[in-house]
Order: sequence, then structure tokens, then C-alpha cells
Amino acid sequence: MKERKGLIFGSVILIVVFIIMFIKGEPSKNIMVWIAAILTLSIYSFLYKDNVFYKFAEHLFVGVSVGYSVSVVWQNAFIRRVFDPLFITRTYIVDGKFSLYLFLAIVIPTLLGMLMVSIFTKKHGWLIRIPIAFVVGSYAGMGIAPSFQAYIFEQTQSTLYVTLSISSFIMIVGVITTLVYFFFSKEHKGFLGKTAGVGIWFIMVAFGASFGYTVMARISLLIGRMNFLLHDWLGVIK
Amino acid sequence: MRFWEKVMKLDRRWIFLLIALAVLIPFLKPLRLPLTVTKPARDVFDAIENIAPEGAPLLIATDYAPSTAPELDPMLYAMLRHCLSTKRRVMLLALYPQGAGMAQAGLDFILPEFPDAKSGVDYVFLGYQPGIQAIVMYLGEDVRLAFPTDAYGIPLDSLPMMKNIRNYDDIALIVDLAGSSITLTWVTYAVARYGEHLAAGVTAVSAAQYYPYLDTGQFVGMLGGLKGAAEYEKLIQEKGYTKAREIATIGMDAQSIAHLVILFLIIIGNVAFFASKSHKKKRSTAGS
Repeated sequence: MKERKGLIFGSVILIVVFIIMFIKGEPSKNIMVWIAAILTLSIYSFLYKDNVFYKFAEHLFVGVSVGYSVSVVWQNAFIRRVFDPLFITRTYIVDGKFSLYLFLAIVIPTLLGMLMVSIFTKKHGWLIRIPIAFVVGSYAGMGIAPSFQAYIFEQTQSTLYVTLSISSFIMIVGVITTLVYFFFSKEHKGFLGKTAGVGIWFIMVAFGASFGYTVMARISLLIGRMNFLLHDWLGVIK
Repeated sequence: MRFWEKVMKLDRRWIFLLIALAVLIPFLKPLRLPLTVTKPARDVFDAIENIAPEGAPLLIATDYAPSTAPELDPMLYAMLRHCLSTKRRVMLLALYPQGAGMAQAGLDFILPEFPDAKSGVDYVFLGYQPGIQAIVMYLGEDVRLAFPTDAYGIPLDSLPMMKNIRNYDDIALIVDLAGSSITLTWVTYAVARYGEHLAAGVTAVSAAQYYPYLDTGQFVGMLGGLKGAAEYEKLIQEKGYTKAREIATIGMDAQSIAHLVILFLIIIGNVAFFASKSHKKKRSTAGS
């Protein structure tokens, strides 16, 4: 109870600080900035306790994000790639002559795409296998060779390029011991166990680096919002 | 000992409050902590500096959404300022639906600083097209296959800047600003298949996973998170390309102080954990 009182006191202090800044600063006269600021504060109110302002802002965010993405895809994919070429620009008519090849180049992908929607009916749901087979097949064909080049050959070549330096030595030890850790065909005992143990340390260091960067990213997001509130909304910093 | 037990049971909202103050105070009372420029950031800057003015363009892909904008927007702003102030041409595109909005917002924010910059002459905004891998591959064959028009519906052939640009051979450098793994698609197709030069501007969350691509030379350079953006801002300010407000640099004091607070909390948390554990052990030994 005592701690809760303290928390309420701390939160009130923070709100008072914002009110003082509001009075002393030059608050924005742009209604959109005000809406963004109120939504930001509504989202952050969750840090104290779940509440109706947070729920409203969260649902609004999800709805607007989905609505925006759908409209962008509709305009750029369907209207530009299907509707316009078929009915407005008629790209399949070349020098006044109908080109079956260009016509089918629009119609067949459109029909394949429409089959994706068949999943919503029980009777015709199996039809979705056709476009999925096309997507998986074509993307696997496109991706396998360059993926080997990008992720295996280039990386291996770079690892094998050893120089007389401490960093090169650490890298070689790190790669070998980590690979040993992921070798499961023999029990990790004796020399193999000790080598795998060194591998775990390297993995832990990698996790630590990744965690450090994650903390930095989350703080950056808070800084971004704080900059918006103090500069764009309240105008207390230049 | 009761103190450490209390620390272990501390309401996490105190930590939220502490972090909020750690970020808020440096904004109000800046400390001007020194900022060093790292090699990956300088390499991105040098790669753009090496592009000939009014020559082959820089292609910026804005593959991010508002959720990662605080880290990636400053990078976009800094690069646009760098290019437009030095007459380097820019192409913008998005492989992510919300990325188109980010690119447009970036242009709207920066263009008032460059009233002479013209769409189709100094920069081209291609907009968004679905089909990530296919679009990256199309760009290697002919830009017009992926983007017949720019984002405003103007055919590319009627834009002066696009007249001599067909594919990656005519693009000096790609910079992918991404809040997801789309950067790997550029590595797989644009770099591995077409041998194009690629630099990355990524969120701090994903920066650690991209360092191997710097080692291999698949990235010519990399900006990681807000720190990377601040480094780039410092580089263009030093060259005198802009005197605009440095959005990322302003936040670096808050970033450093917040990191110190988190370090302090990690140490306190560990001390409290081990102290209360040994206290419980002693109590159970005394009890038996």
C-alpha cells in the first residue's frame, strides 16, 4: 500500500513536470500533433496500469496500420498491375493489334492470385495449393543459388581468410568451438565436452551483444517519442 | 538483508519511472557527451561521397514502418540532406507497404530546405510495389519492369533523371533502411546475383546479426540504430552540408544516461539476487 502511494506520487510528479513544461514552452498549434501526443501518452499510460485510453489507442493503431497497408497494396498491386492495364491503358493492344501473350501475362497471374481466396470456402479450399505451389516453386528456384552464394560461400570464404591477428584467432576459435557445440552425434564428454563448453561462452557473448543492442533500440524508441513530445508538441527544447 | 529482499520485490513501475527521468532530464539539460564516428558509419558516408554529383543515383529503400521510425527516420533525413545539398541524385522506393508513407514523409520534411530540388530531376520517388524478391530481381533487369511509373503515376521515360537508368549497372549504390530482415533479400539478389554495392541502415535490434556481412564486404558500410544515425549527422555537419537540427545527436545524451541506469539496475539486481539467495541458504541451515 505504501509502495503504491509512492508510485502514484512519482507518476503525479511526472505529470506535473509535463504541465509546467506545457505552460513554459510553446505548444504546437497543429491539431495532428496534438492527436499524436495524446495517443502517445495514452499508450504510455499502460506502464502504470491497463486502462481504457491505452486500449483505445492500441485498437486504433492496429486498425489504422492494417487499413493503410491494405489500401497501399490495393492501389499499387491491383489497380496498377491489373485494373489499369486491363481496362484503362490496355497494354495488351500493341499498334492496334490484340496481343494474346500480353493479355495472358495479366490474366493468368490475376487468376492465380484470386485462387488464394479459395481458402475461405470448404468446398474449393484445395485450390489454394495451385498458387502456393507456384509461389514456393518459383521463389525456391530464384533463391537457392544466390542464397548459397550470399550466406554460405561468402561467409565461409571470409572465415577462412585468416590473418596473423588476435581478432582472426578469436574468430577461428569461436567458429570451431560453436560448431562443436552443435555437433550432437557424440556425447559432449572429455575433449569434445570442453571444446563445446568454450563454444557456449562464445554463444553467450553473442547473446549479450544482441541483448545490449536490443536495450539500445528500445531506449531509442522512447527517445524518439520524448523528442516528439518535448520539441514538436510542447516546444520546450529547440 | 531485508533491503535486498525488498529490492527483489520492487515494483517494476519504479524502473519505468527511473528510465523516463533518465531520458527526460538529458533533453532538458544537455550534457554534450562526446560522440565518436565508427568505421562502418564512415564507410557509408565515404561511399556516398564517392558518387559523382549529377551522375549515377543513390537508391534508398525505405523498408520500415512508423514503429522503427525514431531510429531510421534520422538516417533517411541525413542521407537526403547529404545528397540534395551536393547535387547527388536520389531514387527512393519501398518494398514494404508502410515504407512508401515513410519515404513520402521524409521528402515532405526535407524538401522545404531545398526549394530548387525537383522531382524527376534531382530525385525520383518510385513508391511501393509488392513482391519483395521479384522487385529486387526486376531492378537488376530493368527498373521499368518493377516500376513503370513513379509514385505519382508519371511514366519513368518522361522523367529526365531516369532517361539513362535501366538497371543496377546505372545505380551507384543502394542503401537499405530496414526495420526487418528485408536487407537480406538485397544481399541475396542485388549483391550476390548482380554484384551491386549495398550499404545498410538498420535498427539496433538487428545490427548485431548484420556485422558478418560487413566482414565479408557484402555491405560497404552500416549504420546501426540511433547511434549510427547520430554518427552520420555528425559527418555531414562536419563537412558543412547542413545546419539543420540533429534529431539523432540530440538523443544521444539520453541514450548514454539511460544505458548507465540500466547497467546500474543490472548490477543491483544481481547483487540482490545473490545476497537474498545466500541469506535464504543461511536461514535454512540454521533451521535444520
